Amino acid sequence: MSVTDNTPAKPGFRFEKWAPVILLALAFGLYVAIALITDQTQYLTFGNLVAILGRSIALGITAIGQTFVILVASIDLSVASLISATSVLASVIMDGSPGMIVPAILAALVLGGIVGVANGLVITGLKVNPLIATLGMSLIIQGCLSAFVSNFAGSVPPEFQIFAYGEILGVPAALIFLVLLALAAWAVLRFTKLGSDIYAVGGNEEAARFAGIKTNRVIVSAHVICSLCAVVAGLYLASRLRSGAPWIGSDGVYDLESIAVVVIGGTVLAGGRGGIFGTMAGMIIFSLIDSVFNIAGVDSFAKQVMRGIIIVAAVAFYAFRSKRIVA
Amino acid sequence: MTAPVIEMQGICKSFPGVKALSDVSFDARAGEVQALVGENGAGKSTLIKIMSGVYQADSGAVRLGGEPVHFTHPVQSLHAGISVIYQEFSLLPERTVAQNLFLGREPRGKFGLIDERAMRRETRRVLDLFASGAKIDPDSTVGELDVATQQMVEIAKAVSLDARVIVMDEPTAALNDTECAELFETVDKLRDRGAAIIYITHRMREITRLADRVTVLKDGEVAARFDHVPAPDAIVRAMVGRDIVDFYAPPATDAEIGAPVLTVTGGRNARLKNIDLTVRAGEIVGLAGIQGAGRVALAMALFGQEPFTSGETVLNGTAHNFTSPRQAIEAGIGLLPGDRKKEGLVLMQSVRDNAMLTPRAFAPFWATHKRNANADLSRIDDLLDRMDIRAASYEQDIRGLSGGNQQKAIVARWLAMNPKLLIFIEPTRGIDVNAKAGIYHLMRDLARDGAGILMISSDLPEVIGAADRIVVMQEGRITAKFPRGASERDIMHAATHEIGEPA
Amino acid sequence: MSDQATAPAKRRAPFRFNPVWGLLIVLIIAIVVMNPGFAQPTGYMNFLKRAAPLAILAAGQVYVIVSGGFDLSVGSLITLVVVGASMLTNNDPSATYWVIPLMLAMGLGVGAINGMVVCFLRVPSLIATLGMMITLNGLAFMWSGGAPRGYLPDTFRFFGRELIRDVPMVRFIPVSVIVLIVIGGLLAWAMHRTNLGRMIHAIGDNPLAARLGGVPVNRVRITAFMISGLSAAVAGILLGGFAGVSTDVGFGYELQAITAAVLGGAQLLGGRGSVPAAIGGALALTAIFTLLNFLGLPQPVRQVVQGLILIAAVALAMHRRERTGT
Repeated sequence: MSVTDNTPAKPGFRFEKWAPVILLALAFGLYVAIALITDQTQYLTFGNLVAILGRSIALGITAIGQTFVILVASIDLSVASLISATSVLASVIMDGSPGMIVPAILAALVLGGIVGVANGLVITGLKVNPLIATLGMSLIIQGCLSAFVSNFAGSVPPEFQIFAYGEILGVPAALIFLVLLALAAWAVLRFTKLGSDIYAVGGNEEAARFAGIKTNRVIVSAHVICSLCAVVAGLYLASRLRSGAPWIGSDGVYDLESIAVVVIGGTVLAGGRGGIFGTMAGMIIFSLIDSVFNIAGVDSFAKQVMRGIIIVAAVAFYAFRSKRIVA
Repeated sequence: MTAPVIEMQGICKSFPGVKALSDVSFDARAGEVQALVGENGAGKSTLIKIMSGVYQADSGAVRLGGEPVHFTHPVQSLHAGISVIYQEFSLLPERTVAQNLFLGREPRGKFGLIDERAMRRETRRVLDLFASGAKIDPDSTVGELDVATQQMVEIAKAVSLDARVIVMDEPTAALNDTECAELFETVDKLRDRGAAIIYITHRMREITRLADRVTVLKDGEVAARFDHVPAPDAIVRAMVGRDIVDFYAPPATDAEIGAPVLTVTGGRNARLKNIDLTVRAGEIVGLAGIQGAGRVALAMALFGQEPFTSGETVLNGTAHNFTSPRQAIEAGIGLLPGDRKKEGLVLMQSVRDNAMLTPRAFAPFWATHKRNANADLSRIDDLLDRMDIRAASYEQDIRGLSGGNQQKAIVARWLAMNPKLLIFIEPTRGIDVNAKAGIYHLMRDLARDGAGILMISSDLPEVIGAADRIVVMQEGRITAKFPRGASERDIMHAATHEIGEPA
Repeated sequence: MSDQATAPAKRRAPFRFNPVWGLLIVLIIAIVVMNPGFAQPTGYMNFLKRAAPLAILAAGQVYVIVSGGFDLSVGSLITLVVVGASMLTNNDPSATYWVIPLMLAMGLGVGAINGMVVCFLRVPSLIATLGMMITLNGLAFMWSGGAPRGYLPDTFRFFGRELIRDVPMVRFIPVSVIVLIVIGGLLAWAMHRTNLGRMIHAIGDNPLAARLGGVPVNRVRITAFMISGLSAAVAGILLGGFAGVSTDVGFGYELQAITAAVLGGAQLLGGRGSVPAAIGGALALTAIFTLLNFLGLPQPVRQVVQGLILIAAVALAMHRRERTGT
C-alpha cells in the first residue's frame, strides 16, 4: 500500500461520465443566451445549427482519429501538417480532371498510411516520446511540403467539390459523412478486438502485454487510424477550398484543437478512458463557442486569445480535482 | 501419490548484487493447496516470476505436466495453464468484469466482431461456480468493485482460462474476516475442481486452514518442506531460522522512555475515524493491521500529505495542523515512505543528492547546494559512512545501490534534520535479511537518541520483535493497543475481527 | 566506519563526457573546411552572434525540461516581446530604458502564469504552454493590429546588433555574445551549483518523493517556468536587434530550443539535463543550419533536418538508457 493507492470509487454518480453532457448543455445555453441578448434570433434556427456544425467538419474528422491515439495514451501533433500535405497532394494530382479523383484519394490514403506507420514505429520501436516523435514528423512533413509549394497548388474538379458542398435532403453531405465516420469509429471501439485492445493498452500497457496483446501493433494501428482521419480531413478541406493550400492545417491549429476537442469530450490524456461520443460532444461544444464569438462580434485576434484560454480551461476542468502532481 | 503438475528443480537466480534463489526445488500436485511461506525477501516472488516467465532462471528446470517448459514471456505460461494472481491486480479498472475476464482472448462472432453475449454468458457461468462470485454482475465496471470482489474476478479469470496451476500471492492481505472466510471457500472449490494451488502467505492460521503441504523459503533457499501441515512453531522456526533475540535490537528500558513527543486526539479524515495516539520520546510504536486498514493513511495524515480534517495533533507540546509534508518536516517529523521507488528516491540523482534532498529543501533557493544550516556535504558523507553504505562513490546514481543501502540514504536525509518523530513505513520491505537487522538496530539507536518512532509494518513478527508497544488498526480506526510481547494471534484478531459501528 | 583508503574514492564525481561537444567540434571542422573564413573572428563571432538567442532560449528551456515539463510558449513570447517593444518604444530611443525591464518582467510573468496553471490547475505543461502559445500569438496580433511597425530604436537594437570593437586577440565581440556568456553563466550556476538547481532535478525525477522530502514542489516548478520565460524575453530582445519586427520572429523557436536541449542530453520528462550542454546543443544546431546554407540547400530542408535530429536525438538517448539498464 502506498500514498498513491486508490480505494475503489464509490458506485453511483460519476462526474467524469456526465461532464461532456453538462458542458454541452452549458455551451448550448450560452449560445442561445447570447443570441437572445444581442437580439439575433435568426441564429436560433435548425438551418443555422447545421451551418455551425458544417464549419467544424474537418476538426471533427481529425478529432475522431486523435481519439484513437489518445486512448492508447499516445498523442499526434503531426495531423496539422499532414492535413496541409494531403490537401496539396490531392489537389495537385487531380489538377482539375475528374478522372484523377480516385488516384488522388488513393495517393492521399497511402501518404496517411505511411505517416501513421512511421509515427507508430518511431514511438514503439525507437521508444521516442510520442509528443516529440510526432512533432518531429510534423517538421519533416511541413519542410518537405514547403520545399515544393508556397501558394495554392493544383485545383479540385467540381465533381470532388461535392464532398464539401453537396447536400442530401438539405443536409450537407460532409456532415452526414462525419456522422457515419463517427458511428464507424464508435463501432470499431465498441465491438472489435482492436477496440478492446486499444482500451486495454491505454488503461494498463503491462497488463495488456501480460494478457498476450501485441501492444506495439495496437499503438501503430491507432496511429494509422489517426493519420488516415487527418488525410480525410485534408481531402475535405481541399474540396472546400477548391485547391490545395500548404498552410491550411497549421492555420486551423488542427493538432492542438483536435486534442482539445478530445479532452473536452472526456477522454483522458493518460489513455484508457473515453470514447467517440464524447469527442463529438467536444466538437459541438467547440463550434458553439466559436459561433458565440461570431454572434458577439469578437474580432479574430481576440478570438484566438480566447481559444488558447479555453483549451487550457477545458483541460483544467477535468484535471484540477485530481491529486496527481503533473509536470 | 499423483505426479506433480508443476515441478521446478534446482532453480538459481541472481540479480546484480543479490543472490535471490539458490538451488530451489518445488512442486505442486493437482487438487492440492501447496503453501509457500517465507519472510519478505525470502525469494517467494522471484520463484513465482520464474515459474510464470517474467524472469528467466540462471539455471534449473521447470516442468509442467511432466514436459519441460521454457517460458520467456508471461503470456506463454498463461496459455499453458499457469495463472498468477498478484497482490497488485492486473485488471483494467475502466472495463467491465466480462471484458477483463476475456482480455486479449475475446470470443469472435459474426464478421469477426466480439461476441459480447458469449462473453457475458461464459463470465456468468464461471462466476456462478463460486458462492461469492454469484453476486457479481458481469457488466459492472471493475474499478467500482471492492478489493475482495476484484480478487474474485481475478480468480474467475484463472478458472475461465482453465488454469491447471493457480498462484495466489498473499490473497488475504487486504481482506477482512468475512471476506477471508469467503476466499477460503473459493480456494476449497478450486482444489475440488482439480487445480494445483500455490498459496503464498505468512499467516499461520491460513496455512492450518487451507494447506495440504508446506514449503518454507528462507534467504533464497528451501529451509523446510512438510508433506503435512506441522505445528505453527515448526514453520516459524524454519522461516526465521535464527535466534530472534539478537536479530532485533533490545527493547527500550523504562529509563529511556521520556515524555510524549506526539499526541493525537480525535483525528479524523475521509479514511480515518477518531484516532487517539501517543508516541513518547525513546520508544518504538509498532502500527499493525491488514492492508487498507488505514495505517498509511494515518502516517500521511500525521505528515500533512492527506491531512486530518478534525482532531488535535500536538507535537512536542505545540498544537499543529499540518496541511503539507513541508510543514510537518519543519515541525520535526520525518517519514520513510513505504514504496522506496515511487515515494522515496530521486532515482537518477546521486546518493548524496538523495541524502541532501531535505536539508536543501529548507535552505534558500539561490544558496550553494554544498552546505546549508542543516547539513553540508562532509556531514552527509559522515552520516553515510557511519551507516556503512556500500557504494562505489557517493556521486554514483542511487539506482545502482541495493534496497538496503537505498533505504539508508533516505534515513540519512532525516538524520540531518534531527527529527523528533520518525515514521517508518514498511522499513524492511524488499531488502535482504542481513540488512534488516541493520535497520532494526538503526531505529533503536535513533530512539535512544531521543526520537519517538512510529513503525508501520505488514510483517507481524517484525512488529512484535522490533516495537516497544503495538497499536492495531482496522477500517480506519484504532482497535487495540498491546504492550511489548503480544502474541501474533491477539494482534491478528484485533486487526481482522468484525467491528460494529459505534452508536 | 569505512576505511580511509576507500573514503576519498567515494567522494569523487565520475567523469562524464557529453557527446554534444564532439558533435559540435566535428561540425565546426566541417564548416571551416568548406569556408576557411569561418576561422577568422568575423566568421565565428558572427556565428556566435546568430546562435546567441537560441542558446539562451535553450538554457532556459532546460530548466523546464529537467523539472519534467515542456515550455512551448517561448517562441510566441519572443514574438510578443519584439512586437510589444516596437509598439511601446514607438521610435523613441529614450523609451528603451524602461521598455527592456518591462519586457523582462513580462517574460517572468508569462512564465509564472504557465507554472501556476500547471501547478494549481494541474494542466500538463504540454497543453498549458501550447494554450499560452496560441494566446500570446493572438495578443501579438491584437497589440499590433495585425501589422506591426517595422522599426525598433537603435538603443534597443544595441544588444542584438552592436559590436564592441578593438578587443585584443579577437578584434571585436558582439554585445549579444557577452549577453550569452553572462546569462549562460548565471543559468549554469543556478542549475548546477544551487539548491534550486538540485531541487529542479528532484521534482523532475520524482515529484512525489520530492514533496514527501519537503521540497516546495510548486514554488520550484513555477520558478523553472519563470526562468524559461525570462530567457525567452532576453532572446526576444536580442532577436529584435538583428531581425526586423514582424509577427513571426519567434516562430519555431520553441521546437529549436527543445531540440537543442535534447541534443545536449537533457532527458525528456525530467530529472537530468545540463545548461552548458544545452548551449552546446544550440550551437551545434546553428552549425548544422550554417552547413546546410553553405551546401546551398533551401530553407525548408532545415525543417526536415531539424525534425530528423529531434527524433534521432531522443531515440539515441533512449537506446543508451536501455543499454545501461535503467
